[in-house]
Amino acid sequence: MTYNINQKGFYGQFGGAYIPEMLYSNIARLKDSYLEITSKASFKQKFHALLKDYVGRPSPLYFAERLSEKYECQIYLKREDLNHTGAHKINNTIGQILLARELGKTRIIAETGAGQHGVATATVCALMDMECIVYMGSVDIVRQAANVSRMRMLGAEVRPAESGSKTLKDATNEAIRDWIDNPVETHYIIGSVVGPHPYPDMVARFQSVISEEIRIQLKEKIGRENPDYIIACVGGGSNAAGAIYHYLDQSDVKFVFAEAAGLGVETGHSAATSILGKPGIIHGANTLLMQDKYGQIIEPYSISAGLDYPGIGPMLANLIHSARATVEAITDQQAMDAAFSLARTEGIIPALETAHAFAVLERKKFLPEDVVVINLSGRGDKDLPTYIKADLAS
Amino acid sequence: MNRLQKLFDTKQGDILNIYAPAGYPKLEDTMSIITELDRLGVDIIELGMPYSDPMADGKTIQDSSQIALENGMNLDVLFQQLSTLRENTQVPVVLMGYFNQLVQYGLERFLDSCVKVGVDGLILPDLPMEIYSNQFQALFEERDLSMSFLVTPETSDARCQTAAQLSTGFLYVVSSSSITGKSGNLGEDQISYFEKIQSLLPDTNKLIGFGIHDQASYENACEYANGAIIGSAFIRALTGDKELSSNIEEFITSIRP
Repeated sequence: MTYNINQKGFYGQFGGAYIPEMLYSNIARLKDSYLEITSKASFKQKFHALLKDYVGRPSPLYFAERLSEKYECQIYLKREDLNHTGAHKINNTIGQILLARELGKTRIIAETGAGQHGVATATVCALMDMECIVYMGSVDIVRQAANVSRMRMLGAEVRPAESGSKTLKDATNEAIRDWIDNPVETHYIIGSVVGPHPYPDMVARFQSVISEEIRIQLKEKIGRENPDYIIACVGGGSNAAGAIYHYLDQSDVKFVFAEAAGLGVETGHSAATSILGKPGIIHGANTLLMQDKYGQIIEPYSISAGLDYPGIGPMLANLIHSARATVEAITDQQAMDAAFSLARTEGIIPALETAHAFAVLERKKFLPEDVVVINLSGRGDKDLPTYIKADLAS
Repeated sequence: MNRLQKLFDTKQGDILNIYAPAGYPKLEDTMSIITELDRLGVDIIELGMPYSDPMADGKTIQDSSQIALENGMNLDVLFQQLSTLRENTQVPVVLMGYFNQLVQYGLERFLDSCVKVGVDGLILPDLPMEIYSNQFQALFEERDLSMSFLVTPETSDARCQTAAQLSTGFLYVVSSSSITGKSGNLGEDQISYFEKIQSLLPDTNKLIGFGIHDQASYENACEYANGAIIGSAFIRALTGDKELSSNIEEFITSIRP
């Protein structure tokens, strides 16, 4: 029994590639070549060199002494917020842009929610001198204005998605449409472990550098590779997938995912997919999905643009469905409180998405000897306007 | 043999397939549009089952789907509206939608409902051929429901053959690798692609879709296939400045004077 992907592109019942024929040739080519290309020595060498010298990896695993004292357990923070561009997202975009070059593509498209993936994509496109178009919901363009400016400064074109809830789901629809329109020269850099096979597996592999490092760093610090808990926030799920990847089949390591409850799971303004969703197809994958009884996708809500997604990566859907992972639904307010608490306890301002993971500490009781790794997936600079507003209000 | 297959048995060219979203512009317009199109001699009616996230469709279809959903359209309402379909017309009717709609409704329940109201075939762009042939083909065949798969300029020859073999209604030839609703004229690449499909699959019933919007593009398409599918241009015409039936008549006579 493994929680990893099977030969057919499924994690248990979740995953697959439910795609229109217009996407078939690109997805098939990717599926047939991604493992071969990414396992070549020359690819690995380039990938790891860029992660080291350009991104600044390995990211530190920091023992958070004051936080550990406060919550009476051993808390380690995986500092993905210290990466170039401020989040884990760049691990994946570096991998995919190298892959796109191997595939002979010259034009890059991406979707973005919080803008972190958009910035990470614009960054690698600048680095590789490739055309870059980022689709972003018009609601998100307003609430993550700083990242929009960063993308533009990096030379990317930011195109607003105006349909539906005007957030991440709709930006993804627009990016897919662009790819259907431009199948030959374009590669679509999906930012999370979502979409049709092989995207969930490919993105998880690029992000798995996180868990690879945690193993080494924990071994150095405490003499064992395995923590007792790994906590991560989950929208699509790429930072969570990266943080747990090497521990998937190690049953002594427990996974806790923080989902965005928005205003509250029962309020109708939520993005707690695993609680509100049931199996269905979104963006080419069978996964847990917020939908009505006719399969119409329900528009999610969260204060954090990066968690505002009605689906979840199929790997994570399977982990939750089979009770390998547990989920905590964190409200907007609880995430805000956690962000302020972390700022004042450890001197670290997390991204709003990441703050959801820290709110789990208020929820769950740990033993004093429990080693808890929290994936600090991104920094909070982009969320300052939201934080300032909340601070003034309180 | 269903109405769709009978049509191709008796008519091999100049077939006009019109796409209309169910429940648009108004919820109750579905049957009036079908009967009006039938009266005007349209050969096949492709009814769109409005979906919140129609990833293979362009903006026109997405926007009209959104309005149809806001009008209250859903599969229960649709099958209710179609319950009198065969009292009014014998025109072949095909439903087009997304696989998740069928999964949530219950696949067999959905197919049974299609049979009950007299639907002849289905187009499900996000249901890949492999999954269909491995898991679902028998369910469609035992109910005499046709399926139509899509091919694009990017589809390999071998895959075109498979699509043709699995398509029991007609093969949906996507005129270019582009979203519905674009309306350029046929270029050299398009023509050589159509010619390739024609020589590869001379005996397959083929309709060309995407980008067909006026008499010229319709007639062009008819030269390389049994006929053509018009969607976005028809949707735009539906909300013209006259009454619904006049808007429809004006559009259809502009395509086939």
